[in-house]
Order: sequence, then C-alpha cells, then structure tokens
Amino acid sequence: MPEMNTSSLPDLIFTILFFFMIVTTMREVTLKVKFTTPQGTELEKLGKKSTVSFIYIGPPTDALRAQMGSGTRIQLNDRYAEPREVMDFVAQERQGMTNQAEQTISIKADVRTQMGYITDVKEVLRKSWALRINYSATHRN
Amino acid sequence: MAKKKKKLPGLNTSSTADISFMLLIFFLVTTSMDTDTGLARRLPQPPDKDQEDAQIDVKERNVMNVRINAAGQLWCKVGNISDYIALEQLKPLAKDFIDNPTNSSKLPEKSGKEIDLLGACAVTDKHVISVQTDRGTPYDVYFQVQNELVAAYNELRDDLSKRKFGRLYQNLTDEQQVAVRAYYPQKISEAEPKNYGGN
Repeated sequence: MPEMNTSSLPDLIFTILFFFMIVTTMREVTLKVKFTTPQGTELEKLGKKSTVSFIYIGPPTDALRAQMGSGTRIQLNDRYAEPREVMDFVAQERQGMTNQAEQTISIKADVRTQMGYITDVKEVLRKSWALRINYSATHRN
Repeated sequence: MAKKKKKLPGLNTSSTADISFMLLIFFLVTTSMDTDTGLARRLPQPPDKDQEDAQIDVKERNVMNVRINAAGQLWCKVGNISDYIALEQLKPLAKDFIDNPTNSSKLPEKSGKEIDLLGACAVTDKHVISVQTDRGTPYDVYFQVQNELVAAYNELRDDLSKRKFGRLYQNLTDEQQVAVRAYYPQKISEAEPKNYGGN
C-alpha cells in the first residue's frame, strides 16, 4: 500500500493558523486583579477593538495578594493605579486612535466592588471627556 | 567507471506540519476570541466651570428617584410610592413611570410632539430617572438596577415598534428606530437633579 501523501498538511495547518490570527485578538495585558463581571440581559456588543480601552477594578490576584493585600485596586495597562491617573490614561489611549470621538471605556469590575471606587473613576472619566462607557458583563440566561 | 550523476534528494518537509502546529498553538494561547459584551451607558458632560451652581428645575412628578443604600437595598420614589422595593418591582414601576399610560397627574407630564413616521404624539419627554448610590453600594446591585431600567425602555420600545411597524425594535430601519427613540427617550441620570420645583 502506498504511503499517504502528506505534503499538503502544512498548508492545511497554515490555513487554520491564519483563520485564528484573523478572528482573535492579542491579549494585551496581564491581569493583576481578579474579577467576576455581573450578569445582565440588555447587553450590547462592544464596538471596534481599536476604540476601546479597558479599566479593571477588583481585588489583587491570589499571587499578588500577599504583597498587595485584598483591598479593591484599579488596574490600567499593566499596573495598579489611583483614580486620578485615569485622566492621563484616557488621554494617552486617545492619542493613538484615528476615530477619537468614538472612544469607549469598558469598565470590567468585580461584582463585589463598592460603588465608591466606580463613582470616583466615572467622575474622572467625565472630566476627561470620555463619556461613552460600557459596564462589561456576561449574558444571563 | 563513470559515476552516474546522483539526483539531488528533495528537502524533507515532513516537519513543516509540526512547525505550523506549534505556531497555531502559540496563537491559540496568546489570543482571546471572546467578543466583549456589556451595558453601554453615556456619562453626562462635565459641569461647566462658569455655572457650577446651575440648578435644573425638575417638577416632582417628572422624577423617579431610585436610591441604593450600602446594604444593597432599593428605595424608590415614584407617583404615590416612596418605599423600599425589591429588584423585580423596579421594571414594572419604571415602565409605568416612563409611559404614564393612564395620564396620571402623579406621573410625568405629557407634551405634544410631532415625530416623523409616527405623527403627533403625546410623549413624556421631560421625565428623568435618577439613580443615587452610596459609596458602599455593591457594584452588582447598581448594575442590576441599570440593567432593569434599560430593560424597561427596551420593552416599551419593542411594544411600540410592534404596534406601529409590526416588528421588534432591533429589526426596524434606522429612520424607524429614530422615531421610536424620540417617543421613548432614555433619560437615566446619575448626577442628581437638585431643587425640585412644585408640582
């Protein structure tokens, strides 16, 4: 029996590879906070990735808890930040955008977060004219 | 004896598949496919420096107050009700408040408005739903309240769309959606309006 011809196998795999490269997005940041987003029914899809910036709010991950304690933290890019630093973050993110009017801030916050932290962040967002926000959530059935 | 010229052997490509497999796995690990979903909201514009004390006069009947305390309990003031309520009660109350189907004098006043495609309508475009939270309110409760309020608007818009155009709101054309949105404008305020005027 002749051997099966496998010369087209690499091409096949490459096709799958390209498919995944196109439909997925790079994970830009390593998460330093732990969060479970709330569940809702009236959710909308987030728009173009290029206009979206993320703010993560929650307690530090298990690995970092020994150093950082278990209080609520705000993560911007790759580090912890104070609410007032959000303004610089928004300006910086806006710099690289072609469509600055559509800038959206997605807030990924833990369900147990106290509203005080969120209100602080929202107040700064308002001051920096980043008015389109999105409370990240998953669908509830 | 003349040596016969050897044929050059072809490059062994059997490992190309393995290499591309490794690339594939690398991309699978470092990328995420999840499409992000969330509740889209719009923040109010920052207050003007020149007129910090600008007071917005809002008639009491036009305001629905929802307050959430640090324990996550809801307190709601609308129409004749000013009491603690459960989360499930919020949507029907909000729908009643936004629509004011009985034209009650306790619920938002209606004003005549000419809307394209819908003609002359009486709409409650002066209503405001004010959500106030405590610093200690759990985010989850706040989110659920927002979700219920948006659900109330969405249900009213769907009802109107079905009544007028025979389809759900999301299946309408852009012009029709604009008309329905003009009929039920979404007004959820987080900056509390001060100084309630008389009735």
